[in-house]
Amino acid sequence: MDELAARDTWLNRVHPLAKLLVTLACISVTVSFSKYNLVGLLVMAVYPASLFILNELSFPDALRRLRVVLPLVCMVGLFNPFFDREPAASFGSFTVTYGMISMVTLMMKGILAVLSSYLLVASTGIESLCYALRRLHVPAILGTQILLTCRYISLLLAEADRIVQAYSLRAPRQKGVHFKVWGSLAGQLLLRSMDRANEVYESMSLRGFTGEFYDHPKNAFQWKDAWYLILWLLLIAAARYFWR
Amino acid sequence: MHMADALISPAVGGAMYAASAATAAYSIHKIRLLNEPKKIPLMGVMGAFVFATQMINFTIPGTGSSGHLCGGMLLTALLGPYASFLTMIAVLLIQCLLFADGGLLALGCNVWNMAFYGCFLGYFLLWRPMMKQKLSRGRIIAASILGCILTLQLGAFSVTLETLLSGISALPFGIFAATMQPIHLAIGLVEGLITAAVLVFVYESRPEFLMDCHTEEKKNRLSVRSTILILAVLALVIGGGLSLAASSNPDGLEWSMERVAGSAELEAEGPAYDTAAAIQETTALLPDYAFKNSDSAAGTSFSGVAGAAVVIVVCVGGCLLFRAFSKKKRHE
Repeated sequence: MDELAARDTWLNRVHPLAKLLVTLACISVTVSFSKYNLVGLLVMAVYPASLFILNELSFPDALRRLRVVLPLVCMVGLFNPFFDREPAASFGSFTVTYGMISMVTLMMKGILAVLSSYLLVASTGIESLCYALRRLHVPAILGTQILLTCRYISLLLAEADRIVQAYSLRAPRQKGVHFKVWGSLAGQLLLRSMDRANEVYESMSLRGFTGEFYDHPKNAFQWKDAWYLILWLLLIAAARYFWR
Repeated sequence: MHMADALISPAVGGAMYAASAATAAYSIHKIRLLNEPKKIPLMGVMGAFVFATQMINFTIPGTGSSGHLCGGMLLTALLGPYASFLTMIAVLLIQCLLFADGGLLALGCNVWNMAFYGCFLGYFLLWRPMMKQKLSRGRIIAASILGCILTLQLGAFSVTLETLLSGISALPFGIFAATMQPIHLAIGLVEGLITAAVLVFVYESRPEFLMDCHTEEKKNRLSVRSTILILAVLALVIGGGLSLAASSNPDGLEWSMERVAGSAELEAEGPAYDTAAAIQETTALLPDYAFKNSDSAAGTSFSGVAGAAVVIVVCVGGCLLFRAFSKKKRHE
C-alpha cells in the first residue's frame, strides 16, 4: 500500500484533504440510496471505476480486500429474499422479488464503499491522511497515535511472526498455540513492546518530542485540488439528485 | 464485529460519529489534564501490539477452532480508559483504511461498539472496582472474562440496533439479535480467557504495568485521623440532629412484648431487682435519653451526641489498647 501511495501519478499528487472529502461524500451518498435503488448505485460505480482506470490500479487487488468486509454484509443481506417476498418484476417463470434487489444493493454498497476507501489509501498514504485529518481540526494526539501505530505494526507483526514460527518449529503438527502458553507467548511480546516503547520515548524526548507531531504537506492546497474537489462533489450531488 | 458502510445509513453513521467524537474529545481533555507524555509512544506501541496479537491464532481446546485477543479490555487494564479509547480509535481507523476491515462512514459505529464499551465500561464497571481492594490472579481472570463477555454482548447488540435503525435488513430485530448474541457470548468467553492469560502473565512478571492496582489502593485508604473525624461528624449529625426526628413508636421488641404480655416493660420483683434499679438510677446521667426531670428536646440531642462520643472513645480506646498489648506481646 505504501508503494502504491508513493507513486507519482496525477491522483497521488492531488491534495489529501480534497481526496478525503470526496471519498467521504461518495461513501455517504452511496449508502444513502434506498435499498431498492439499483440504478443509482450503478451510476455511483462510475467514481471508483474511472479512477481505477485513470490511476492504473489493480482491480483484483482491491477486490481481495473485500474478503474481510463481505461476510457480515452477506450474512445480513442473504436474509432479505426470505423476509421480503413482494414481487418486483417477472422474467418468464422467474420472479424477481424486492428482497432479492435489496440483497444485491446491500452488497453493491459494501463493494463501492470498500473500493472508494481503497482508492483513497492507495493514492494518498497514511501520513498524508493524518495531515488531512489535522487540517480538519482532528486533535494532534490522535494523528500521532495513528502514525505511531502504523510505524509499529510492521515491526511487531514481524516479531509476532518470529515468535509463532519458533513455537511451531517446536510444536509440529499442532494447529494454533496451545492454551497453556497463551499468556506467556503473547505476554512476552507485550513486555518486549512496552520496553521498546520506553526506549522510543526516551529517544524521542532527546530529539525534542513534546507530544505534538509536526508534519508538512509536500504541496499546498492549489487550484487544481479545489477543481478536483468541486467537480467530484458536483457529480456526486447530481447522481444523488437525478437517480434518487 | 466490524461494521461495513453498507450496513448503516448516513443518519445513523453521523449520529454515532458524533457520539464517538464527543467521547474522544473528553478522553483527549482528560489525557491533557493527566499530563503523561510518556504514555503517547506507549499508546502507539500498544495499538500495534493489539494488531500483532490478533494475527496469532490461539487454539480453543476441544473445539478445533481458534480465537484472538480482546483489544479493549487488555488496553484499558494497561493504559486506562482514556488512553485506551484513543488507541482503539487509531487501531480501528488503520484497520478500516489499510485492511478494509470496517467502513470509513461506519467508523463512528465501530469505535462505539468496540472501543467505548471495552475501554470505559470494562474499566469503570469491572476492572477498577474489582482491583480496588486487592490485586490477585482470580480477580484478574474474573475481570477479563466478565469484561470481554460484557463488552462483546453490548457491542453485538449495538450492531443489531444500528442496522435496524438504518433500515438495511429485512431481518426482524428478534431473529437478528438471537443470531448475534449467542455467537458473541462464545467469542467473548474465549477472548476473555486469552486476555486473562496475558494479564496474569503481566501481573506475575511486571505488576507495575497494570492500571490502578497499587496506587489506587493507597489513595483510597483513609488515615486514622480522617476516619475518626468523619465518624465524629456523622455521630454529631445523627445524634444531635436526626435523633429529634426519631419515632416515638415502640421498637420491634417492645411492640412484640406489648402484643404478647400486654405491656412493653415487664415488671420484676425481688431484692436483687430493687438493688440493680437503685444503682442504675444513680449512675444514669440521662435517663430515657433526656435530662433528669426534664422533657426538653435539647436533652434528646445532647443524649445522642454524648452517647456517640462515649461509644467512639470506648471503641477506639479499646482498639488502641489491644494494639499496644499485641505489640508488647510480639516484642517479648
